[in-house]
Amino acid sequence: MGWAIAVHGGAGDIPVDIPLEKREPREAALRHCLDVGISALKHGRSPLDVVELVVRELENHPQFNAGRGSVLTTDGTVEMEASIMDGQTKKCGAVCGLKTVVNAVSLARLVMERTPHIFLAFEGAEAFAREQGVETTEPSYFITPENIERLNRAKEANRVQIDYTQPIPREVQVETNTATGESQLGTVGCVAVDSNGNLASATSTGGLVNKMVGRIGDTPVIGAGTYANSYCAVSATGKGETIIRGTIARDVAALMEFKGLPLKEAAAYVVEKAERGTVGLIAVSATGEIAMPFNTTGMFRACATEDGHSEIAIH
Amino acid sequence: MTGWAIAVHGGAGVDPNLPLHRQEEAKKLLTRCLYIGISALNTNLPAIDVVELVVRELETDPLFNSGRGSALTEKGTVEMEASIMEGTKRKYGAVSGVTTVKNPVSLARLVMEKSPHSYLAFSGAEDFAREQGVELADSDYFITQDNFDYRIPTPGLDSSCAAEVDNPMVMNGLPISLYAPETVGCVVVDKEGRCAAATSTGGLMNKRSGRIGDSPIIGAGTYACNLCGVSCTGEGEAILRATLAREVAAVMEYKGLRLQEAVDFVIKERLDEGKAGLIAVSSNGEVACGFNANGMFRGCATEDGFIEVGIWE
Repeated sequence: MGWAIAVHGGAGDIPVDIPLEKREPREAALRHCLDVGISALKHGRSPLDVVELVVRELENHPQFNAGRGSVLTTDGTVEMEASIMDGQTKKCGAVCGLKTVVNAVSLARLVMERTPHIFLAFEGAEAFAREQGVETTEPSYFITPENIERLNRAKEANRVQIDYTQPIPREVQVETNTATGESQLGTVGCVAVDSNGNLASATSTGGLVNKMVGRIGDTPVIGAGTYANSYCAVSATGKGETIIRGTIARDVAALMEFKGLPLKEAAAYVVEKAERGTVGLIAVSATGEIAMPFNTTGMFRACATEDGHSEIAIH
Repeated sequence: MTGWAIAVHGGAGVDPNLPLHRQEEAKKLLTRCLYIGISALNTNLPAIDVVELVVRELETDPLFNSGRGSALTEKGTVEMEASIMEGTKRKYGAVSGVTTVKNPVSLARLVMEKSPHSYLAFSGAEDFAREQGVELADSDYFITQDNFDYRIPTPGLDSSCAAEVDNPMVMNGLPISLYAPETVGCVVVDKEGRCAAATSTGGLMNKRSGRIGDSPIIGAGTYACNLCGVSCTGEGEAILRATLAREVAAVMEYKGLRLQEAVDFVIKERLDEGKAGLIAVSSNGEVACGFNANGMFRGCATEDGFIEVGIWE
């Protein structure tokens, strides 16, 4: 038994021949974030601190759809959401509808630790952020030229679009899973366990390209995008509606708890049962196992364990 | 073909000193809503329509904490939330932070059917309500004398909380005499064995603006699948942490428990310190309820003529 950590940067329709200039910066970012997590675990930081730290790094990286680099709503604004959960205490915090908070995941942690509530949203969450003095910034910090372009393309196609959707030639109007408007790809997440079996999970996202103002996805929903208890910690990514409907993160834990399945089987079962092309997740168990199944074309992911195993992969 | 079954609730965690006339009013309303559901079921309305119809009625009556009569935020405003789910396809819709919509449950249904998304909140939900032309009202409609009187005195300005001394029972950090437990919900299985669930609330009395509870959260306050339909009420944070509504279905699915066993199991094993209650129906026509709070406003009926309305254990 030792520590283990996994991170993701979203699952979806990622082309096998993804251009080098798109792949390399994301792989480098995953490597960097993984290293941040590994070093924190080696220094004895709690898994809750580790997942927060790593997700903050991912939020600060503009290549992923969370924090800086969040995709835009139909009004051209950002509305970020995040959640965090501690496995031992099952305490959790969640936020959504954030417009100015640099690190949504840290605000979720403050909701967990400094309010009697779990979930704060929109203006109330922004007011809480100011009260707590967390770092906030101008909306322009979050908005990248790539995401303005992405929103324009989505509006031209008159549909909401997900991060890794390929530009569709105008004459071909194929309705794919990823074009129906409920995907949530490019979301980031981290799960970690220490050598004492303490678990934690965190997830953060900007949501969907061209989403309606006010739309809430699976990321801030405990049991859907994020879950941790004494068995495992899970962070999910993909089509928000499928993940909420399937209570995907909780179901991995429920299968371990109620059916006695090992982590990998539980995770694989949950992903197989979901509609194809909609879901990916990362999970660690109390005993340091890791599972990273997905039923999409790919999922940006990385993991490491105390015994020296480490990997970064997309497909 | 199975027989239909229906259950309704008006919240868990009831003040033991609640005046008798309020208890009678609550029972009368629950009974009336049950009969609305029963006659809809007898005319073969699908389960999803029945739960919406019944919850609309509960929202419209000011007695419970949803729609008209919703609890107020610390700013003295209403922020209502609701969700609805259909079991055969597990389609769902949810809304939060709604301030002018007369029937949040019907807006949740419209999110499910007419929007590209499944959960809308605050100004976005309000915009969508206007777009869809649902019935709106100004705040006078929602804020009744009763819920205004229930508002918590600003700390320091008023220390005369006699009720608190007489009755140390606390829900969500509030003395039970002030706690507004009365989230409403309905679960139905129709003759075709289709389950549905809906839940609606004004949320926690004196809540911080922007607080989201369990009612709009699929898997927490509301859940339906091909096995059962569940609606929960009580301390929202405990219900969220426990993914309480999904747990009933999960232990039926993964442990093979029957409905009542599943309900008893989750109330006993999955709530930590939290106080809550739930109603549930199974696709084969069973109905069950369970709670560990001090009482739950509830009623249930089945096609074979069984009908029951109660508050206490």
